[in-house]
This record gives sequence, structure tokens and C-alpha cells, in this order.
Amino acid sequence: MCFAVVGGIKIKISNQVIKAMKHEFTITVYTENHIGLLNRIAIIFSRRKINIESLNTSPSEVEGIHRFTIVINEVEDVVKKLVRQIEKQVEVLKAYYNSNDEIVWQELALYKVSTDKVITDVKVERLLRQYGARAVVIRKDYTVFETSGHREEIDKLTEVLGPLGLIEFVRSARVAIINASNGFYEKLKEFEEEKPGDEIVENEFLDKQDEVFSM
Amino acid sequence: MSSATETMKKEKPAGKETAKAPQGRVKPQTSISGSVAVMEALIAEGVTDFFGYPGGAIMPIYDALYDYMDTLNHILVRHEQGGIHAAQGYARTSGKVGVVFATSGPGATNLVTGLADAQIDSTPLVCITGQVFAHLLGTDAFQETDVINITTPVTKWNFQVTEASEIPTALAKAFYIAKTGRPGPVLIDITKNAQVQKFDYKGYTPCNHVRSYRPKPIVRKEYIQAAAELINKAEKPFVLLGQGVILGKAEKEFKTFIEKAGIPAAWTVLGLSALETDHPLNVGMLGMHGNYGPNVLTNECDVLIAVGMRFDDRVTGRLDKYAKQAKVIHLDIDPAEIDKNVQTTVPVWGDCKETLPMLTALVEKKEHPEWLNKFRKMQVEEEDVVITDELHPKGEIMSMGEVLNILNELTKGDAVIVTDVGQHQMVSCRYAKFNKTRSNVTSGGLGTMGFALPAAIGAKFGAKDRQVVAIIGDGGFQMTLQELGTIMQFDVNVKIIILNNQFLGMVRQWQQLFHDKRYSFVNITSPDFVMVAKGYGIAGKSISKREDLKSALQEMLNHKGSYLLEVMVGKENNVFPMVPQGCGVAEIRLK
Ligand SMILES: Cc1ncc(C[n+]2csc(CCOP(=O)(O)OP(=O)(O)O)c2C)c(N)n1
Ligand SMILES: [Mg+2]
Repeated sequence: MCFAVVGGIKIKISNQVIKAMKHEFTITVYTENHIGLLNRIAIIFSRRKINIESLNTSPSEVEGIHRFTIVINEVEDVVKKLVRQIEKQVEVLKAYYNSNDEIVWQELALYKVSTDKVITDVKVERLLRQYGARAVVIRKDYTVFETSGHREEIDKLTEVLGPLGLIEFVRSARVAIINASNGFYEKLKEFEEEKPGDEIVENEFLDKQDEVFSM
Repeated sequence: MSSATETMKKEKPAGKETAKAPQGRVKPQTSISGSVAVMEALIAEGVTDFFGYPGGAIMPIYDALYDYMDTLNHILVRHEQGGIHAAQGYARTSGKVGVVFATSGPGATNLVTGLADAQIDSTPLVCITGQVFAHLLGTDAFQETDVINITTPVTKWNFQVTEASEIPTALAKAFYIAKTGRPGPVLIDITKNAQVQKFDYKGYTPCNHVRSYRPKPIVRKEYIQAAAELINKAEKPFVLLGQGVILGKAEKEFKTFIEKAGIPAAWTVLGLSALETDHPLNVGMLGMHGNYGPNVLTNECDVLIAVGMRFDDRVTGRLDKYAKQAKVIHLDIDPAEIDKNVQTTVPVWGDCKETLPMLTALVEKKEHPEWLNKFRKMQVEEEDVVITDELHPKGEIMSMGEVLNILNELTKGDAVIVTDVGQHQMVSCRYAKFNKTRSNVTSGGLGTMGFALPAAIGAKFGAKDRQVVAIIGDGGFQMTLQELGTIMQFDVNVKIIILNNQFLGMVRQWQQLFHDKRYSFVNITSPDFVMVAKGYGIAGKSISKREDLKSALQEMLNHKGSYLLEVMVGKENNVFPMVPQGCGVAEIRLK
């Protein structure tokens, strides 16, 4: 059971309703570093008309293994099926999905502001300091600041800087670390030893053996 | 084996050969072209018959083929779509990987329908396409298309080769991926420079492991146990038989399982022939035009055991009205299929060749006579309302069903039946009799009109000693009839039955039932099919009277070589029973 605040009133929401609601999920995919794989993964989403909110590819903790970090807004059931479809691709080793409370995540943003403005308008300077922005480049005509954090913080700064002479803004894709993960080294060994997968198909009924198996 | 290969064998230094596959005629450590490496790979993979169509970007490969014509039987089709459907038919009857060649650009794009078909029906294929020179990629060169990206959604795996030395490993991987796990089509795109380039050949080593790819999982014993427990307690268990049983070559294991547990089984369209039609536990076909009992009783069984099938919407009808009362056991090799459409109670993820015997060992020997009787009773009902009239119509006009009925009588169920898409397909699937597995070749998941004629050609090469009968609609036949040219040139002994209702019948049926009989562009005219066949040197006949049916079918079957028989059937006959779209399986209509 969970609670939500709607119009100032706290209401109870059942788990079923939560399951049926769209949430932000982060999908982490360990892959071979192959040309064409990005497309293979991307079309799994576009085929189902699901928008990718953010996508990052990078090396992973294991040499030669690539890591995709994909953020989407969806109901959990759909995410689970998507992850299985991703994992089915020949060059994908493993895919995981996590809700925001299961990961540590950051996004990075760059802001180009007129240097004049920064010098003359105290408000700008105060804002940048308040949001922990760091100057990356300072030139006579403009200054580039960088900040990292959660989406909301970055969006907030962008919003307030907008009317104060924001020349250019860009935000990176999300990168995320899974709290419960021990890294991919062990898993990779399994793959290299040509072991068939011993993953369990998660199944809600098998935990409730007594209810299901007595007929 | 050719004498050249024989000599090669003798010359091999004894005991030094490590590669398991038979090697072709080229010794390792010689310098060969990429194209010759393709030929060597085909031989090593045991390819005998394959299909294709040449063109500019694949010419070096065809040039290499010129020297291999005695070992590799290439069949020149009339259209690349025909080539890939033939490769599909070949794979379906032979259980081997189907192979097709095509050139770049239009040659490759002509493969797309077949790739989509093979992808959705899990057919193992290796397609080799030529591509422009690597240095021209992305320049809009003549006949350049982005084949890799066009085919990504419709292939299990694809890969572009730009260096000759990559060819042996790329092809080894292609064959391995195509045929293992849940099979599927693989496409290898080879740039022209890689075809002509020479490299130091190291011999061909077949692939048996790809790091990131797990064809099958470890079977979880606890799930088998849970499944067995459910089955042992069940009073009305029901088995759904899918193509996975055929693909897993587990027909025997399947039969042992249902016989021990005494469970009635119904097949999907692609599961057809995995069990003999006359088996006492075979209760018929599932789905939109399936049998009455299996559909209605899906919503009455207490345990539903799905083996190698994927709960396609044509099988389930409306999902929220599908088997809600049942506990579901799903045996599948593909984890992505589990819970995809129907929520499983016990997922038995694995190769059914392994999981079925494990399950059989744990289930109690049982019979469910009352439950089985329910199916039989509903069958009688279906016979009264639908089947008897379809197989023995009272009017003058012939029905599709009676053609099938006489055909069964004459072939005794020993023929390979290849069907196209439409009413004739559903009638054939409903009434064709099968004694032997791999006897049903049809486009199930994609429903590709034009599939049957080329697929029948491939089916014949995949089962050379069997009678192959293609049953095709007047509409679908006109989609790929140019393959009569292939039949002519290569003397392919296939029998073609056109069930001519002078309509795009299946669409017409829907327009009649759901669109107030507003027949919008379903009235299709046809050429004189017998004359067309004659033009290709193929014997044929057209009949419209019942008294000619049996003798005409007999003549067709007895004829040496290919034969086309057109049977004029009722114009506005409908296929029943039918689960209307948007309805639950129990709402199946008998008329
Ligand atoms: C390539 C393709 N185009 C269109 C369709 C839609 N379609 C399904 S059945 C059918 C009618 C088939 O007519 P015919 O071949 O005469 O067979 P019949 O139903 O009359 O037996 C059509 C147009 C299809 N399945 N495939
Ligand atoms: Mg027709």
C-alpha cells in the first residue's frame, strides 16, 4: 500500500494501481560493442511507439563490454517485456531495469551565459552558486558553466536562467549505477564459460505455492 | 560427393585435421577469394540445395559458384521473394537451414517479405546478399541500399562483411545462430571488394558458441516439479501443441508425454502434423478457424499446457476472455515469450526436447475419459453443423472441403501440404490429414499471400522422396506465379491445386460478415490458369464438376512431374467455425 497527495488530500493507492501507472525506469544493457546494435535496441522501443527519454552508451566496468543506459516512462509490466526483448538480441549479454530508488543517477548540463551578464547581474552569479554550477570556460563574450544532478534540479536552473540571458543549453543523457549490483565480472565469466543461462523467469505465482498448487 | 572432394580427402594429412566439418576442395593455407570462401562454407555446413538470383553486386560469388556446380545445387528462381520462400519451404520440410542468394539493392529488398515471414514463423535461414564496394557505402552508389538497417527488424541477426577474411567466421556464426535456440533468419551482406579480395584461408571451423548469445537456458527442476504437480492434480488438463515441438525435433517426446498423462492436445496452425491427425488424443486445431471443442474448452480446462507456441492473437481471440479459469504451464525456449500475452502460472523455460521427458517422468499415468469425451461430443456437433456439409455438400457446386477430403483419400495423409493464405488455407489446415511430421508448410504468423508456390518448390527439394501438393487461392497464385518458370527449368515435381472461388475469398468473407456485404475490390479476375501452366510446359486441367474431381486428383498425383489442377469451387462459401475478431474463444460461431 502506498499514499499519494492529490489536491492536498492524502489518498491510499493499492499496489495494483501503482503497477498500472507509468513510472520512470532505467534500463541497463550490457552488450558486445558492435555496429548496428544501437539500431537493433532502439527499434525495440520505436516499434511499440515508446519514447526513449534518454539514452547513453559507454564502456562498462568490464573491458570490451559496452553499457547502454536507457530511460523510459512506462508501466512496469511493459518494461519487463521490453527488457526480455532486448536480452533476446544476439549481441546483448544482459539487460536489467530499475526504478529510480534502486539506482544512483546523474545527468550533466552545460550552460552558455553572456559573461557581461554574469559580472553585472548578481542574481545570475547567486543562482549559479546555489546550484553548484562550475565554470568550465570563461571568455570575454561568454562563460560556460557545468552542473550535474537530477533532471529536476537541472531543469529548474535552466528555467530561472532563461530570462537572464541563457545563450545555449544542453543536457546529457542519464548515467546510472545500480545500487544492488556487484558489477558484471562474474556474469561475464558465465557467458565465457559457455554455460547456459540459469536465470529464473520471475514469476509471481511460484512465491505463492500453497495458493496456486492446491486445487 | 564429387571426385574432386574425394581426391582432396586422400590428400589430407592423416590425424592433423581439427575442424569437424567436411571441408570443401580448398586446402587450408591457400590464398582464396572471399567468394570461394563462401562456397567452402556452404559445403562445410552441409548445404546441398539452395536458391538465388544473380546481379551485379553478387557476381563474384556466382562466378565462384560456377566451379562448384557439381556439389552445390543452386536453383535459379524467378524473383528473390520466390527464392526466400523456397528456402523457407526447404527448411520446413528438411529441418535444415535454408539458404538464399540475392544481389544488392532491389535483390535484397525483394527478400524482406520472406525475412519477415521467417522471423515470425521461426524458420532457420541464411541469406547472403551482395553489396556495393565498401568504399562506395553511403554514396548512393548504383544498387546500393542500406540492407542491414532495412532488415534489422526482420532478422534474428545480420552482419555486413567488408573484408574477405571475415567470411568464414561470419558464415559459421550465421549458420549457428540461424539454427540454434529459437531458429530464425540471418542475413550476411558482403561487399563486392570482400568477394574478390584474396586472403589466407585457414579452413572452416563451425561455430558452437557466441559469447553474448544463449540459445537455451538451464532447465529449472523446481519448475518442472511445479508443473508436474499441477498436471497430476488436474481434472481437465489441455495441451496446446505449437511449432516448437517440430523445431525442437521433439515429436516423440511430445507424444510420450500426452499419452502417459492422457491429455487431449490441439495444435496451432504451425503445430500441424507434429502428431498424426488420427491420434486418439488429437482433438484438432486451435484458433480463429479452428475446431469447436478446442476453442470452447480452452475456457473450461483447469490446467492449460502450452508447448512451443506463442499465444498469437489468432489463437487466443480476446485475451481478457482467454482461459481465465486455467492455470497455465508454458514450455518455451524463448524467455521473451513467457508472460508476453498470457500470464503463466508455471514457466518451463527450456528446449522441449529436454523438458518434455523430464515432465513425463514426473507425471502420473492417467486417462481423462470424461473430459476427452467432451471434445468428442463437440466434434460431433461441429460435424453436424459444419463439417459434413463442407466435406459432402448437397448442392451442385463444389466446396473446398470436399477437394481436401478426396485428396486425403488418395494421398492417405502421406503428402506434404503447402498452402497459401486465405480461405483455402484455413480449409486445408482444418481438413488435411497428416501421418508424418514436417508435412505442413504454410505462412502462419505473417499470412503472406504468394508464399505457397515458391515454398512448395523448396519443400520438394527438402523432401525429395515425398509427394508435395500446393493448395493455392486464385488470388495468391497470381502473386508469385512466375515461379512456374523455376518449376519448368528445374523439373520440380510439385502438384498445384488452385481452389478458384473467383474472389479474394477470405477478405470477401469478412466483408460479408462484418461490412454489410459491401464487396470492395475482392472480385478478382484470373487468367486461364491451365493455359498459363501450358505456357510453362506444365500439364494441367480445370474442373468444375464433382464427378471429375476424384479422377482429376488421381491424374494429377499420378502424373510424372509437375501438374496444375484448377478446381472451380463455390464463390461465396465461408469458412466456419469462426471466432470473430474481438471475441473470446468460447464465442466461436458455428455458422
Ligand atoms: C501479401 C498479402 N496481401 C494481402 C493479404 C490480405 N489477404 C488475406 S487473405 C486474402 C484473400 C486471398 O484470396 P485467394 O488467394 O483467392 O484465397 P481465398 O481466400 O479465396 O481462398 C487477402 C487479400 C495477405 N494476406 N497477403
Ligand atoms: Mg480466391
